[in-house]
Amino acid sequence: MRIQTSEDLDSIRKKGLQKIQPGRLRIGVGTSSCGIAVGGMALYNLLDEIIQTKNLDISLVKTGCIGFCKEEPIVSVSIPGKALVLLRKVKPDDVERIISLALHGDVPSDRVLCTISDWDHITGNLVYGNEFDTFPEYGEIPFFAHQKKVILRDSGLINPEDIDEYIGIGGYFAAYKALTSMKPDAIIDEVKRSGLRGRGGAGFPAGLKWEITKKAPGEEKFIVCNADEGDPGAYMNRNEMESDPHMLLEGMLIGAYAMGVSEGLIYIRAEYPLAIERLMLALDQARTYGLLGKNIFNTGFDFDIRIATGAGAFVCGESTALAASIEGKTGRPRLRPPRLTEKGVFGKPTDLNNVETWCNVPVIIAKGALWYSSIGAKGNTGTKVFSLVGKVDNIGMVEVPLGTSLHSIIYDIGNGGALGKEVKAVQTGGPSGGCIPVRLFDTPVDFESLNQVGTMMGSGGLVVMDEDTNMVDIARYFINFASGESCGKCVPCREGLKHMLLILNRIVAGKGTRQDIGLLRELAETVQKTSLCGLGQTAPNPVLTTMQYFKEEYDDLISPEA
Amino acid sequence: MDEKRLDEIIEKYPYPAGRTLGVLREIQIQERHIPMDTLKLVSEKLDLPLSELFALVTFYSFFSLKPVGEHLITVCMGTPCHVKGAEKILETLEEHLGLSGEVQDGKYLQTTPDNKFTVEIARCFGACSMAPVLHVDGELHGYVTPERIPEILEMYGWKR
Repeated sequence: MRIQTSEDLDSIRKKGLQKIQPGRLRIGVGTSSCGIAVGGMALYNLLDEIIQTKNLDISLVKTGCIGFCKEEPIVSVSIPGKALVLLRKVKPDDVERIISLALHGDVPSDRVLCTISDWDHITGNLVYGNEFDTFPEYGEIPFFAHQKKVILRDSGLINPEDIDEYIGIGGYFAAYKALTSMKPDAIIDEVKRSGLRGRGGAGFPAGLKWEITKKAPGEEKFIVCNADEGDPGAYMNRNEMESDPHMLLEGMLIGAYAMGVSEGLIYIRAEYPLAIERLMLALDQARTYGLLGKNIFNTGFDFDIRIATGAGAFVCGESTALAASIEGKTGRPRLRPPRLTEKGVFGKPTDLNNVETWCNVPVIIAKGALWYSSIGAKGNTGTKVFSLVGKVDNIGMVEVPLGTSLHSIIYDIGNGGALGKEVKAVQTGGPSGGCIPVRLFDTPVDFESLNQVGTMMGSGGLVVMDEDTNMVDIARYFINFASGESCGKCVPCREGLKHMLLILNRIVAGKGTRQDIGLLRELAETVQKTSLCGLGQTAPNPVLTTMQYFKEEYDDLISPEA
Repeated sequence: MDEKRLDEIIEKYPYPAGRTLGVLREIQIQERHIPMDTLKLVSEKLDLPLSELFALVTFYSFFSLKPVGEHLITVCMGTPCHVKGAEKILETLEEHLGLSGEVQDGKYLQTTPDNKFTVEIARCFGACSMAPVLHVDGELHGYVTPERIPEILEMYGWKR
């Protein structure tokens, strides 16, 4: 059926809600890539087999990731009228017990992580119930308590393979509102007033980019979602697409209408097969409902989205390299200007935004710019999703308002170093970022503050290093990475990084001299200033920050007589 | 790859945006490398110079021109994996499988003499929460330790 009127949409909403709260037992299994790898899919299949053979009255669904990776596989049990219960580290042996207890209105207490009595999906609210009050509530678990979920509001709770569930909690209502009752310019204005900045790393105001694209001359234009996520240590975009793909599609639909564009592309890494699969499914479902294609919501507006896959080249996160890659060329950047908004994919004006940027759009339209801008800090509104990984105790997906301190993320949410070790530093922004020492952990996580301490937001990877980590080795690791991923087009990046690597190899091997340290700094500064694109311009950051904050570790590797 | 299967793949990509890399990606997944003959066929069918396609398959790390063994092991070398000892994992694999650890043509790709296993490295496959991780034939294994390597290899028919 095609959804054309608000009544159509509302009838699907009721149907979707009925699926999330079916009035009978519902069991959800976290099956994003990480959940599957630790046995989530096996659990799902086992549950399915038992339910089928015993013909049990249970609704079994796949859900995305609730974010607490350390506790995976996570299974949710929703008994009608009672609080939703999250079970942690579930094993195949637990399955029979979970089913038989749940059918009698109970849960295995030794597996309980926490309960959820009601949930704010922001575009809709769900009330589950208040029972099981001997278990901790969601908000009482430190890992969750310090977070604010806007982007991850549906993650781990709805079935990402069923569009009805997304609509059930108010999905696509923002798109309906935008297309049927707002002028394109009013939408751009709303996004501008929300203060939303690009979540890919540089933090350019999203609404302004939309306006520039809209005003660019030319009939045919593109909007593109950058889902390349090449930063090692960052996987929030993968999770967002695997857990809630329609949020991204809805954001793009609203953006396309605002900019007057009928063609959308998602450029996604080949390394993310499950995200690709779920996006394809989501696109098909959206087309079936007429949310993509011709004459959407009977407004005369046409828009569709296609998928373009990358093939493993970090440099393709750079906008002009990405555009070249979509055209079927090697991903080599070119000089800017002209920017993509002027001359992008196939030479047409192109608006490029990161996955998470698009995902912010539906809530901005649903709740308004004022609501959105009240979250976060001045000039840095909204939330940001981070992947908190490395040598930290609580590993997982973390969403906090911008401006939250590193300390709060790493200690309040992350519970400090893993295995009781001392945390020494955190790396933000991947190979383009830098290492921040623990003494600067009061730094608020926002675009400007991170730049001030020599690093950057990047897409949101936070890799925690502890007392056992050698920071010179980390610097060498990143230069090795950037050197291997350099497209080879410009000399400073191609040759400069290679020679920085050679010097770092010498230092790590204990054969470095004082002179090497000076030369390394000089090279780093030259590569930074003279490279053609962002890859080369930022690649020296890990070296410069470790030289600044962990100078003694370089000194320790240089013998006194050298 | 026979012509019919290739035609089916190409048919899935009617639009110019993303077509070439999409087609190559599917060939890589199905054949686990890009056979030269298939690349020539792609060149004819998409009407693209072979040199251009060759530039693509050597530029992007997802593609491999060399055939691989029965089981393909991909070791993740992302930052969290590095911090948590990915190098030791790779060394242990080399040790058990008798590989030299040499890098050829700028790409790490090694196959055992009996053609049972190929080991390659990847930059990051976004499974950072379970670092260090590796893929075997696309199956993800997390929290890998050097001690667990024999056990993982045995799942794919390796004998001590």
